[in-house]
Amino acid sequence: MNSRLISIIRKEFIQILRDPRTLGIILVIPIVQLFLLGYSATSDVRNIPLAVFDQSQSPEARALLDAFRAADYFRIDYAVNSQEEIAVLIESGKARAGMIIPPDYANRIARGDAQVAFILDGSDPTSASTALSAAQLIGQAHATDILQEKIARSGMPFELKPPVEVRTRVWYNPDLVSAYFMIPGVIGMILFAITSILTATAIVRERERGTIEQLIVTPIRSWELVIGKITPYALLAFLDTLEVLAIGHWWFGIPIRSPLSLILALSGLLLLSGLGIGLFASTIANTQQEAMLTVWMTLLPAIFLSGFFFPLEAMPKILQVVSYIVPLRYYLVIIRSLLLKGVGVAAIQNEIIALALFGIFIMGAAALRFRKRLD
Amino acid sequence: MQYLIHATNLKKSFGGNRAVDGIDLSVAPGEIYGLVGADGAGKTTTLRLLVGALRLDEGQASVCGYDILRQTEQARAQTGYLSQRFSLYEDLTVLENIRFFAEVRGLTSKEWLPRCLEILDFVGLAEFRDRPAGQLSGGMKQKMGLASALVTRPRVLLLDEPTTGVDPVTRQDFWQLVIKLVSTPLRLPPNSENLGGEKEGGQVSVIITTPYMDEAARCHRVGFMKGGRIIAEGTPGELRATLTGRILELRGQPLNLLRHLAAGDEDVEDVQAFGDRLHLRLRQGSAGQVLKRLPQRIKSGGGTLSDLRQVPPVLEDVFIALTE
Repeated sequence: MNSRLISIIRKEFIQILRDPRTLGIILVIPIVQLFLLGYSATSDVRNIPLAVFDQSQSPEARALLDAFRAADYFRIDYAVNSQEEIAVLIESGKARAGMIIPPDYANRIARGDAQVAFILDGSDPTSASTALSAAQLIGQAHATDILQEKIARSGMPFELKPPVEVRTRVWYNPDLVSAYFMIPGVIGMILFAITSILTATAIVRERERGTIEQLIVTPIRSWELVIGKITPYALLAFLDTLEVLAIGHWWFGIPIRSPLSLILALSGLLLLSGLGIGLFASTIANTQQEAMLTVWMTLLPAIFLSGFFFPLEAMPKILQVVSYIVPLRYYLVIIRSLLLKGVGVAAIQNEIIALALFGIFIMGAAALRFRKRLD
Repeated sequence: MQYLIHATNLKKSFGGNRAVDGIDLSVAPGEIYGLVGADGAGKTTTLRLLVGALRLDEGQASVCGYDILRQTEQARAQTGYLSQRFSLYEDLTVLENIRFFAEVRGLTSKEWLPRCLEILDFVGLAEFRDRPAGQLSGGMKQKMGLASALVTRPRVLLLDEPTTGVDPVTRQDFWQLVIKLVSTPLRLPPNSENLGGEKEGGQVSVIITTPYMDEAARCHRVGFMKGGRIIAEGTPGELRATLTGRILELRGQPLNLLRHLAAGDEDVEDVQAFGDRLHLRLRQGSAGQVLKRLPQRIKSGGGTLSDLRQVPPVLEDVFIALTE
């Protein structure tokens, strides 16, 4: 192998190892992010605090409340004595939902036209929509039970059965755990952010400290300088990938349904884009701070348009179109498919090609801009 | 004579600003050439052009016969360059720094260690080889920069203000190294292919930029730069000779009054204070009249004259005269 290249890589490694603080940050930040996002960025809604104004105080009303208690979507925290109290509790955020059972509930059940009011705090649409469908489902199931009971009591030889039943089955993530969706995303985000930021700052640091002027007058070729400087950081990024993968698997229970070699190979494809963006930023910036900002300016929109937090399908058409130039978007499809679905290359070949094309394009553009000269 | 550095009509602009505006430069083996001039005169840009760190707009330059534009890497292989803001990797040790520059400039794993030790010995840093470069004093850093520029035994050494901000003793040391370097012929390495085949007379050429006139006086030849051009060139003696007979030294009391009176004389072009003395620069051929006229004027003006005489000009006088 090329000895100049080895010299640069060795020098870069010595510098990384002499700076244990930065090294620590590089290795610890992904873990912190993983735990933060793995636990906080979840749309799984459980134990919504519920306030109940039960005016009926009848066995029928208690049966309804039991049905709500049985499903763990709601927690009946408050039994109140007026509608105003519900309003106060929801306004103060102590309760997220309220239920009002009318005084004639038991009688109307007997007549078959009972109603209860259900109030939801819609300020957080994600949990509100989950709560809404949960409340409706619980109500419907309870209604069916009551009907069933009535028919049974009437002594008719008739079993109540809906004419159509939609049987759902959720594949890959049967319990719909958000972490399954988030953690592959975290892997992509970390890989992308670390490679682009470290590459940009590592190269700009030479310019900022003035060492680049000494490097320019050596026979080092531009590509040797670039490859030599980014190889150590690419290796660190791979180490981060393995780290996040291991914690995701053993702590959060994320399945790994594809061979590790394939996962790492396709992660390498994302590295190409991250390194390219970092290199490109380094040709624009003169200080490490500028480099950092430049990378973040591209990183933040890229993360939002990648489908990491918000599903792309829900975005306006124009943003969906823009998202096609976001490499992270393709990688997220790839890594989620590999980890959760265990699919082969054929199923994700379009994304692989798109990711590769983007990587080659941005690397090429950066390499064209990167000149071994001061002007 | 074969020049190691040969440049004609170098031009370089940044935006609309002509930083270097038609420079001709030739430096022979064994010669120390000093480029002096005010800040912004174009000294650093000239060196950067010679080393190919900046691209020439116009003109032609060669180092050891290699064209700087077409044979950049061959030319660079012959060049040791110490940039003005020379910085090393502060987190690497002295030896690691020199090893890095030795290796990226093509020294093999067998060659680098003896060569690094030899060069560290030469600059007197051998005992600090394992010290992190960030913990070196300013003067030691400059010597280390010199060592890393010399480690491949270049035939051409370009030093950009190497002694700025360095204490006088270290400046003296540094100059002794440079003088030693040019006065001893280069020891040829066993395979001397990187010397372009010239085995004989392996002497080094040095271009050094400096703002210090005492350093300019140590150079074999000096070029004064102003506005991107070399406006005067010659040996220190030749340059001083341009002002021979035109410098008077004046001592007396009070200095401010003497200064005012001297400046008022129609034949005095410029007055500069040198400590407790004044240097007056006169119009050509007016020394006799001024020597007669000025003592009377000082007396009638209320000053005391203790000494007024012709002195040989120093480079500083030349520099000031040229800068105006």
